[in-house]
This record gives sequence, C-alpha cells and structure tokens, in this order.
Amino acid sequence: MADPSNEKLDTVTGFKTTGHEWDGIAELNQPLPRWWLWIFYACILFSVGYWIVYPAWPLVFSATNGVIGWNSRTAVDEAIAQLQADRGPMVDKLSKTEIAAIKDDPELLDFTRAYGSIAFKENCAPCHGAGGGGAKGYPNLIDDDWLWGGSIDNIAHTIAYGVRNANSDSRYSEMPAFGRDGILTGAQIRDVTQYVRSLSGLPVPHGSDLEAGAKIFADNCASCHGDDARGDQEIGAPNLTDAIWLYGSATPDVVATITNARNSSMPAWSERLDPTTLKALTFYVHNLGGGE
Amino acid sequence: MSAWAKHQILETNAILLMIGALIVISIGGIVEIVPLFYLKNTIETVDGVRPYTPLELAGRNIYVREGCYNCHSQMVRPLRDEVERYGHYSLAAESMYDRPFQWGSKRTGPDLARVGGKYSDTWHLDHLNDPRSVIPASIMPSYRWLAETELDITYLDEDLMVQKALGVPYTDEMIENAKRDAVIQGTLDPVEADDLLARYPNANIRDFTGTVTASGRLTEADALIAYLQSLGTAIDFNLYDDNANIR
Ligand code: HEC
Ligand code: HEC
Ligand code: HEC
Repeated sequence: MADPSNEKLDTVTGFKTTGHEWDGIAELNQPLPRWWLWIFYACILFSVGYWIVYPAWPLVFSATNGVIGWNSRTAVDEAIAQLQADRGPMVDKLSKTEIAAIKDDPELLDFTRAYGSIAFKENCAPCHGAGGGGAKGYPNLIDDDWLWGGSIDNIAHTIAYGVRNANSDSRYSEMPAFGRDGILTGAQIRDVTQYVRSLSGLPVPHGSDLEAGAKIFADNCASCHGDDARGDQEIGAPNLTDAIWLYGSATPDVVATITNARNSSMPAWSERLDPTTLKALTFYVHNLGGGE
Repeated sequence: MSAWAKHQILETNAILLMIGALIVISIGGIVEIVPLFYLKNTIETVDGVRPYTPLELAGRNIYVREGCYNCHSQMVRPLRDEVERYGHYSLAAESMYDRPFQWGSKRTGPDLARVGGKYSDTWHLDHLNDPRSVIPASIMPSYRWLAETELDITYLDEDLMVQKALGVPYTDEMIENAKRDAVIQGTLDPVEADDLLARYPNANIRDFTGTVTASGRLTEADALIAYLQSLGTAIDFNLYDDNANIR
C-alpha cells in the first residue's frame, strides 16, 4: 500500500510520486486531465436533466415519469403512425385500386413493386427462393405452371389462406400415401412410377411395364390428376405431363412421392400480414412471369 | 484534509475502494431493476400466455443445449424497423415462463420471437438438416443429428418439477402426465388430445417431422420444431391493448 510519507518529488516533472517504487521506477501522482474532468462533470449535469425529462427514479409505488411523458410503447406507436402517414397516400391508393389497374399508374406501379418485393424477401424467399425460383418441395413462382391456378384471384387466395394449414379457408387436398398405407404394392408403385415418368418423355428403364402402369394410374390416380394426367388446379394436383417436377423426377424421388405422398403446406399469410401487403404480394407474384 | 486527500483514502485502500464501488453499482442496479417490480408493462399478465407443453419444453432445452441463442435473439424491441419486420414487439409477459429467458444479445440470424407459424414444419426440418438447401447463402450450421436422435424424455417430468420450483405454475397433474403429453403432442393421438389441450390451450398437436407415425419414435427435431412453432403465437394482438398498461 502506498504510504504518503514515502511521497517524493519527481525532479524531472516536478510532480509528486505515489510512493510506489519498483526497481527505481516510480509512479507519478498526477491530477486527472482537465478536459476529462470537465466532461465528467458535464455528464453528471446531463444526467440530472435526463432524470427530469425522462422516466428515471424508482419511487415507492411507481417511477418518476419524466416531464415529457416519454414511453417506449407510445414512442413506437408514434413512429409507426408517422411511417403510415408517410406511406399513407400510396398505401391508400393501393388499397383502393384493382390489382389489374395498378400498372396504369406508373407511380403506384413503382410503389407496389417495391412494397411487394420487400415483403416477398422477408416472408416468401426462405421457401420460394430470393427470385421466386423455388426449390425442391417449394414451387417455382416464375413459370406458368400453377398448382392452384395463376389468375390474380387464385394467387390472392393461395397467399391469403395458404395450403394445407389450420386456416379454415386454406387450400386443401391430400394425396394418399399409396405405399405407406398399403394401397399399392411395391411392384405396382414401380410400374406406375415409370408410367408417370414416361408421360413427360423421361427415358424409362428397359423392361418397365408401362401398360400395367397406365392401368394402375387410371384406377388410382386419374381421379385427381385427370385421365390425361394434366392435373387439376381445383385440388392442387400437379400436371404430370409437363416435365416440371416439384419433388424431383428421378425414379427414387417419384417412388418416394407415391409411397409417402408429400402434401406440403404453406402458412396462411392473412394471419400475419395486412391486406395491402397481401395485395402488393399478389401483384408481385402475378408479375414474376407466369401470371394468367 | 482537502476533499482530494479524502479521496486518496479510498484510492489507496483496496477494501474500502471495493465497498465504495459496490455501493455505487448497487445504486445503479436498484434504479434499473426495482422499477420493473411495479411497472405495469413488465408485470401485466396477458391472455393466452401459458407454460410450455412438455414437448415444447424439451425442444427449448435442445435450443439451449445447441446454443441457438448465440446467433438468435427472441426479443422484438419496440422500434419501428423491428415491428415492421417481425411483427408486434415482444411483451414481458411472453417470457414470463422462460427460465432462463432466451432474449439473447446477438443477431447473427434473425430474431425468432415471432417465428411460430411463419414457416411449415417441413421447412423447419429441411432448414435444420441443411440450411443451405432452402437458403443458399445461409451461414447457419446444419443440425442434421437432431432428426436422427431419439428424444430422451426420461427426465421430462423432473424437468417440469424444476421449472415449478422456479415459479412456473405446472400442476401435479401436468407433471404426472408430462411424458405422455409429449408423446401425444408429437404423434397426434386424437383420443387423448382433449386432455392435453385442456392443460395447454392452443398447443399444436401433430407429427412435426412427418416421421413419427411411421417410425413410432419422437426425435429431437420434433421437440425443437414444436418449440419453434409455438414462439410468439400465444397472444392475439387484435385483442391486446398496447396502451392499457403503459406504466
Ligand atoms: C414455409 C414455406 C413457404 C413460405 C414461407 C411461403 N410459401 Fe408459398 N408455397 C409453399 C409450398 C410448399 C407451396 C406448394 C403447396 C402445394 O404443394 O400445393 C406453396 C405455394 C404457393 C403458391 C401457389 C403456387 C402454385 O403453383 O399454385 C403461391 C402463389 C405462393 N406459394 C406464394 C407465396 C407467397 C407470396 C409467400 C410469402 C408471403 C409464400 N408463398 C411463402 C411454401 C411456402
Ligand atoms: C386425392 C388426390 C390424388 C390422388 C388420388 C393422387 N394424387 Fe398425386 N398428387 C396429388 C396432389 C394434391 C399432389 C401435390 C402434392 C403437393 O404439392 O404437396 C400430388 C403430387 C403428385 C406427384 C408429384 C409431382 C411433382 O411435381 O413432383 C406425383 C408424381 C404424383 N402425385 C403421382 C400420383 C400417382 C402415381 C398417383 C396414383 C397412384 C396419385 N398421384 C394419386 C393428389 C393426388
Ligand atoms: C452461427 C449462427 C447460427 C446458429 C448457431 C443458429 N442459427 Fe439459425 N440462423 C442463422 C442465420 C444466419 C439465419 C438466416 C439464414 C437462414 O435462414 O438460414 C438463421 C435462420 C434461422 C431460422 C429462420 C428465421 C426466419 O425468420 O427466417 C430459424 C427458425 C433458425 N435459424 C433456427 C435456429 C435454431 C433452432 C438453431 C439452434 C439449433 C439455430 N438457428 C442456430 C444463424 C444461426
């Protein structure tokens, strides 16, 4: 411990030392720099002002509220109200304009594109890809092949209520798990797999019994996928003749699809997003390339 | 003795300095912490918030075990940009049964406080198995073993007991049924589902990974997805009044 009686005057600087000494090296006892001290005092003064203006001190039954009555909840409400006011005229216009008419108003068109694209990146890109190109199990939204229909109304409905979820207006249908539930045998599944693959011109292994496959298809699959296998958008049954595969076209992929069925689902976005955002998204998706 | 010299007493005496520092820091702590005990917006109870179901709790344990909180926060702050992106800001009531809370302090990935219902179970499974299969540029690690590892529910009831000791209102009935409830929630046994729903309203009951029905066993991924799908879904914000409990 420093002993004040050990304090010496440093001959070079003229300051006292603390009395510590290590191998002849002593520690100067200098006062705090002036600039530092003044900033320190200024901070103390500032904090007094802060206590008065903002909520701060705990009292017995509540805390001081501060003279301006600031509160994080009202503050964020105000910030959002301000944002809505800034966007207001355009959002208003968008909510009142038919989707088909958006493109007639260049300013609204720009706004809707930007609005839709941001909402798409945040909510849809994780499944449908940043550009809407899709991935295995998540449909491509750019092409003109639609599971549930590519008209504005159909797209709007799919986005708002989703597919195979708990929402009562959700799109719904269920392909049976033909293998898992024992409706078809392994051999039958292999036959119908090759038949289905042949429909879009894929090469099938030698010796595949396409005729048997066609029969199995007519008996088990045509009710949903159609006699011509061109699908049915009413129940989201994909067109199997168009060489566009949601779950892959390789034999093991198709066997897995028929054995277990996929029945993938998409959330109902009306539960998370407001009607104007849904509208912008519908417009955005419809305009990605495949809208009807 | 001048004031300066008095200060020297503190500066030159380690014990005194420590006591002094402790007093100053305590004042800071009291000022910051004590008001939370009586601020309405930190102690309000909100309709819909309930303790985690046993399966969700098991998922939460995996979340903690895997250190997901190192990259993900669970706290939508009351700031415009966050509310715009994630949805309603988090309420204190939403973490009232979190022991310990998972607010986190680092966002390498997005906030997860409102992720429940945002994606499908399949997506979560794909994403946990290989994030790059759905988000090509993702830097999140793969957690492939979760879907391969059977969920260990041996100590699930004791887990509820620990939570209860920490103040979560699990009843004896809940603790007694913990293991069965986990199995029911993960495998969709409609006969028993009513009991579970009476204990834990609005619980999602289904085969989260789509493999339980066939394999007859719950995996860690089932529990984790059940937990993720429950996050931020408890409160109906159409009914909640932001301004009711401001102070
Ligand atoms: C959790 C993953 C996921 C997210 C997120 C998601 N989708 Fe989907 N979406 C799907 C799946 C899976 C399907 C196909 C469902 C099926 O099999 O019928 C689909 C289908 C669609 C369809 C119908 C495609 C067709 O061919 O008929 C549209 C349109 C669509 N999504 C738009 C959106 C929009 C817009 C968003 C963002 C608000 C979005 N999706 C977010 C998974 C997702
Ligand atoms: C109850 C209606 C229904 C029946 C019956 C049905 N399917 Fe499907 N099928 C669907 C639906 C709906 C989908 C889309 C599932 C999805 O998107 O998740 C589908 C998807 C498929 C796919 C995936 C297509 C792709 O793009 O990857 C194949 C292959 C298929 N079905 C083949 C069959 C075969 C073969 C049969 C008969 C053995 C059959 N389906 C019977 C409704 C049906
Ligand atoms: C190294 C950091 C890191 C760790 C550890 C990590 N994540 Fe992530 N996570 C990310 C990043 C980055 C993203 C954004 C890209 C993506 O979606 O993959 C993300 C995205 C997510 C999303 C999608 C969120 C959304 O709204 O789009 C979920 C859900 C998720 N992570 C869950 C988890 C879980 C559960 C764990 C623990 C098992 C975990 N993460 C561990 C970095 C991480």
